[in-house]
Amino acid sequence: MMWTQRGPERTALLAAVVLAGAVVAVARAQQPPALETLQVQHNVYAIFGGGGNVTVQIGDDGVLLVDSGTTASVEAIVAEVRKLSKRPIRFLINTHLHADHTGGNVALARAATDPLEPLNIIGHTRVLSRMTAALPAFKPGETTGGAERLRGLPIDEYFTASKDMRFNGEAVVLYHEANAHTDGDSFVLFRGSDVVSAGDIFTPGGYPFIDIANGGTVQGEIAALNHLLQLTVPGHTEEGGTYVVPGHGRICDEADVVEFRDMIVIVRDRVRDMINKKMTLDQIKAARPTRDYDPQYVTPTSFVKADQFVESVYRGLTR
Amino acid sequence: MRSKFLNACAVLAVAAILSPSRASAQADFSGHWAPLFHEDNPERLPGPELGDYLGIPLSDAGRLRADSYDADRISVVQEYQCRPHAGDYMMRGLSNMRVDAVRDPVTSRVVAYHLRMGFQEMERTIWLDGRPRPSANAPYTWSGFSVGTWQDNVMNVYTTHLKENYIRRNGIPASDKRTFTEHWVRHGNYLTVQTVITDPVILTEPLVRSQTWVLDPTQTMGRDICETVPEVPKAADVVPNHLPGTNPFLTEVADWYGLPAGATRGGANTMYPEYRKTMPKPANPPPAMCMRYCNCGMNGAGCALQ
Repeated sequence: MMWTQRGPERTALLAAVVLAGAVVAVARAQQPPALETLQVQHNVYAIFGGGGNVTVQIGDDGVLLVDSGTTASVEAIVAEVRKLSKRPIRFLINTHLHADHTGGNVALARAATDPLEPLNIIGHTRVLSRMTAALPAFKPGETTGGAERLRGLPIDEYFTASKDMRFNGEAVVLYHEANAHTDGDSFVLFRGSDVVSAGDIFTPGGYPFIDIANGGTVQGEIAALNHLLQLTVPGHTEEGGTYVVPGHGRICDEADVVEFRDMIVIVRDRVRDMINKKMTLDQIKAARPTRDYDPQYVTPTSFVKADQFVESVYRGLTR
Repeated sequence: MRSKFLNACAVLAVAAILSPSRASAQADFSGHWAPLFHEDNPERLPGPELGDYLGIPLSDAGRLRADSYDADRISVVQEYQCRPHAGDYMMRGLSNMRVDAVRDPVTSRVVAYHLRMGFQEMERTIWLDGRPRPSANAPYTWSGFSVGTWQDNVMNVYTTHLKENYIRRNGIPASDKRTFTEHWVRHGNYLTVQTVITDPVILTEPLVRSQTWVLDPTQTMGRDICETVPEVPKAADVVPNHLPGTNPFLTEVADWYGLPAGATRGGANTMYPEYRKTMPKPANPPPAMCMRYCNCGMNGAGCALQ
């Protein structure tokens, strides 16, 4: 009845509703993200909702994190970690350079003040190179502040095909996946817990972000997913066994990786066929080679839209 | 007055004894069940023809996914070889079933039914204790997460958290966004399970199918141990598929059975009687005599493929 009124009363009411909505929106934006922590397997857990997924391994040696979420969510992530363990965070492994996976690095580094239990931040050397290149340049005459600039960088870098360590009683193996989603991606295998943290090479429910500018290619993405299939061993009835924590999305296993890999291979085959037919990128996009996968992999909030995925596949095949 | 009161109490007591309690009104589904294949026999026993999308309310996306399917995939891609059916299809595939009631040790109340199927040793649990569903971030499984509720003696089941699988075994996929509802009804020694699948990716409307089983107390469930092996050499980045518009097998089913090609392509508009008014004529007349799957018995024995 009130909505049928005309005049100043209705205007005032509308204004009040709009204002109230704005206040709620601002309040929601200021609220810390709602995070969820699930046990993946044995002493490995995953934290969802803080940007990219964060993998947590706990034990007597301390805490090992794979990725640190966004800057805005790192406080909430640490609060979730503290529900699992009071031991210090000793290792942080960055699967790649993007800010939704490294945004918490600086805060975590600042919080690690005990020299007897330092925080080591590990990443492939390509991650370090690209993150360093993104730092602001020294001003002329500026000679101090170098340590602060380095804070949060994965200076414990590796340049080999793999790196292994033992922490909390299990082997932790890092594998460099060359030119996949970027040129510095790492898989992290928790060999005892039988869990792989895959970073953004694997994003079930969304097309992969093949970051061409940072060295990603579709062929490297497929090769990395094939390597992931080698690392995973399914359990009874071809499910469970080795679990995979993706960069975004739910906990998965080998069967889920197969579906994701197959989708990318099939789209790659279609785009390659169109390239062979001398079609331009615009023509390929117009042909919508992903149209049968779009309802499954694209939502209104998807980071990677269909055209963007098609273009990244095209660029990878024509470079 | 006192005798009237006692008589009333006696009547109530007898009524209470004779009337079935809530628990006893619920059907008991436990036991060994053998599937009956009088429904959809060619699809379920020997297996569906390639390109047969009849009766499926396929979306455009689902149709292209199915058209792209190359049957080599299940042998060439090693990870497919030992996959079981998912929770919705396992009720339909060629497999015997054992149903065990899981009871609360104190009250004897049935808190779940546990299913085991012969094919690939599939297992499934239907929870009846009202437990909450897992998080959306929890792993999805072939069987999914099933919760049942009683409606008189019908068990209604709703299942979520399903892995990708198939609607039909000829490449029509089932996405991991699907859910399904079942209605379990027991008539003496017969069990009918009606399945309603909702898949916003592959289907444009719910797909309703039913399966019937007969109680078979003498049935013995054996093992079905599967081991994946590389059957043919292939490059790591090969996944057999047909590029759009190139699948040569899509017209076979229409040609063999004398059906309009458009009808075999599926879609909700082809599923209802009104379709007959606009249905095109088949390119080939139906064969004068049965040519395929004419004498199929259990496990495809006697199938006369010509």
